[in-house]
Amino acid sequence: MQHGKYRFIVGFLALPLGLYALFVIWPFIQSIYYSFTDWTGLSPEFKMVGFDNYSRMLDDEIFWKSLQHSLLFALLLPVVTIGLALFFAFMINVGGRKRRNGPVVTGVRGSSFYKIVYFFPQVLSIAIVALLFAFAYNPDSGAINSILRGIGLDDVQPLWLGDPDLALWAVMAVLVWSTVGFFVVLFSAGMASIPAEMYEAALLDGAGRATTFFRVTLPLLWDTVQSGWVYMGILALGAESFAVVQIMTTGPGGPDYSTTVMVLYVYQKAFRDGQAAYATTIGVALLVVTLAFAAVVMRLGRRERLEY
Amino acid sequence: MGSTSAENHGTEGVGRRDLIKRSAALGLISVPTMSFLSACASGGGGDSGDKAKAGKKTAKNPLGVNDTAGMEFVLFDGGFGKEYAEDAVKVYEKNFPKVEVKFSATQKIQSTLQPRFNQGTPPDLIDNSGAEQMDMGVLVGKDQLTDLTPLLDAPSYDDPNKKVRDTLRPGIVEMGQFDGEKVWIFYYAYTVYGVWYSQKALDSLDEQYPETWDQMLAVCEKAKKKGMAGWTYAGKYPYYLPFSLYPMIGKVGGVEVLDAIDNLEPNAWKHPAVKACFEAYYELYKKGYILKGTPGLDHIQSQTAWAEGKALFIPNGSWVENESANVIPEDFALSVSAPTGIDSSDKLPFGTIWASGGEPFIVPSKAKNAEGGMEQLRIMLSEASSKNFTSKVKSLTAYNGGTDGIALTPGLKSGVAALEKAGDNVVNPRLQDWYVQLQKEKIGVSGLGEMMAGRLTPAEAIKKIQGFADEAAKDDSIKHYKHQ
Repeated sequence: MQHGKYRFIVGFLALPLGLYALFVIWPFIQSIYYSFTDWTGLSPEFKMVGFDNYSRMLDDEIFWKSLQHSLLFALLLPVVTIGLALFFAFMINVGGRKRRNGPVVTGVRGSSFYKIVYFFPQVLSIAIVALLFAFAYNPDSGAINSILRGIGLDDVQPLWLGDPDLALWAVMAVLVWSTVGFFVVLFSAGMASIPAEMYEAALLDGAGRATTFFRVTLPLLWDTVQSGWVYMGILALGAESFAVVQIMTTGPGGPDYSTTVMVLYVYQKAFRDGQAAYATTIGVALLVVTLAFAAVVMRLGRRERLEY
Repeated sequence: MGSTSAENHGTEGVGRRDLIKRSAALGLISVPTMSFLSACASGGGGDSGDKAKAGKKTAKNPLGVNDTAGMEFVLFDGGFGKEYAEDAVKVYEKNFPKVEVKFSATQKIQSTLQPRFNQGTPPDLIDNSGAEQMDMGVLVGKDQLTDLTPLLDAPSYDDPNKKVRDTLRPGIVEMGQFDGEKVWIFYYAYTVYGVWYSQKALDSLDEQYPETWDQMLAVCEKAKKKGMAGWTYAGKYPYYLPFSLYPMIGKVGGVEVLDAIDNLEPNAWKHPAVKACFEAYYELYKKGYILKGTPGLDHIQSQTAWAEGKALFIPNGSWVENESANVIPEDFALSVSAPTGIDSSDKLPFGTIWASGGEPFIVPSKAKNAEGGMEQLRIMLSEASSKNFTSKVKSLTAYNGGTDGIALTPGLKSGVAALEKAGDNVVNPRLQDWYVQLQKEKIGVSGLGEMMAGRLTPAEAIKKIQGFADEAAKDDSIKHYKHQ
């Protein structure tokens, strides 16, 4: 009775696996293949050049700068975003004081309103967010410097995106602002599934907010935090960082390459400089970085699963 | 087997087995699909086999265009819009009534056309311009373009006794060459670069446009007292600064200095003229003559601040009149001037200006109807089409003249006057079309931008830029060019 089972499963899996292989695996293989050629992307002719692109990449100062920035994005952005999101989500769902006749576990006053406020940036496309902030950062007439002037800080008029020491931070702040809401909602959902009795028990034992958070909420939310972490890191390495850097900063790539990131560099090499093969080489490096990031996070984050 | 589907269909055979068979068939299909995908990169496509046959050369059809073959024209839809090209296409259709012209305009030149080059099926004429311009050096280096010499040697559209070549502004043909005689690119627009200002604002200061740097500083000082900055520029894209800085270097030290820079010669940037000009510009920063916050402004923001009268001068190209049309006040009296020099010991007279072709048109070598593409360009170079362009988009064309009898806008008028004043002293630095990354990111953003923001001294900036230039000279992944 069982002998047809595998053929049956294979029959169903063949199509999705085929599609996956065709549209996901195959392009990876192709890119790796092209990284060993001198393909320009503008003509069908190319020849094999061995490891030339790789040795060139290792000598390329801008590549190292972009790698450095990408790593900073991947390490710092998840810490800040997820940290903020955890704090907000905790305050919205658990952190409130007990009100008379209310439930034991509750959020701060107006928490449903805050939830909407935090989530709002999520409905805007990242391109719009980047454009809006590019205007806000305008040192001459932008909102931020105008506010500084308005409160009497006439002398504090930073150049923001025009200053190599500030540009990268200014860009990161935008990414935090635009993604934190998503994680607030994600973690809120996670917290909602934590049984209220646990909190009640903690309260009865006299635990304050901080203890409740670190001893109850965080451990029970760990899986969600970990997936969020990987997700945010990949966003920070890929699409989102590309959009904000490309749209907001100088050059693009920032004054003195202060904001250039790997995915932007791939794009520039492939589509501006006509060096598609070199671009795929950097793409391979980006793939390695992304995989390594995911592996590290998964490994460091491994914990015993708590059942409840 | 216990299958339900077999029962449903009455006979065995149409069931799981078929499912598997079908999946196998799908798998088989996906194999050729894969090779199709890889053909994106490697499939050359049989060239020349499907090219249109040349037509008969006649007086009216000197390029021998096949009067039945289709023609495809892809235009960059940018600051100049697409109307001028549509008008020219209408003329083509009138001259070859049996032909179907496929015309399209896009801002995404590279994403639309790069795959078609890769497959060997590009259109017949392309305006390769805008932010997504395809790298010309690569296209030439990989034999992807048609030599346009036949077009240049063909009789002009208006006068059969004159070659197209003889109707063009100086420098246009040379700009389309890379190394050697062949002409790969045809620049249709003609751009005047320089220092743009409001004559009205200058009048209100009781000043003339300054010819020496001391006068320039005096004008800026006067402006500053009236609460107006002397200069602003596209701080986020500091590669606008060279529009007035490079011709100044040429004026101070002679054209050879600019040529040496273009040729990436060792120590080209260490020439005293370069140093003098860098120091002059740095002086603007040090004396506080630059509009506050300028390093954080993009081109639109800086142009707007300038049009609002917050700053007197801005280095820019003649497209600024069209681009800023909605913010420039009616009575602005837009003017352009050749850059201010250092003093009377400069090698070239005041008036030395940077002017060169813009809007590069190319005919791919794998085009089906290359003659048609060239004929379309020949039509665009007629006096009527050229005038049509100038009056519609406020810019000159490669066609020499063609401004009589049309009402010129203030900026255009001043551009024409500046060209007349310059006479032979028109310089054309090539860094920006030969070495895009070097010019824009390295020299522009990391060198000049940093210096004008006060984060590098002129000496440091020169050292850094010389380093970039040496790197580019050594980099064999980019093609190198030399002035002939």
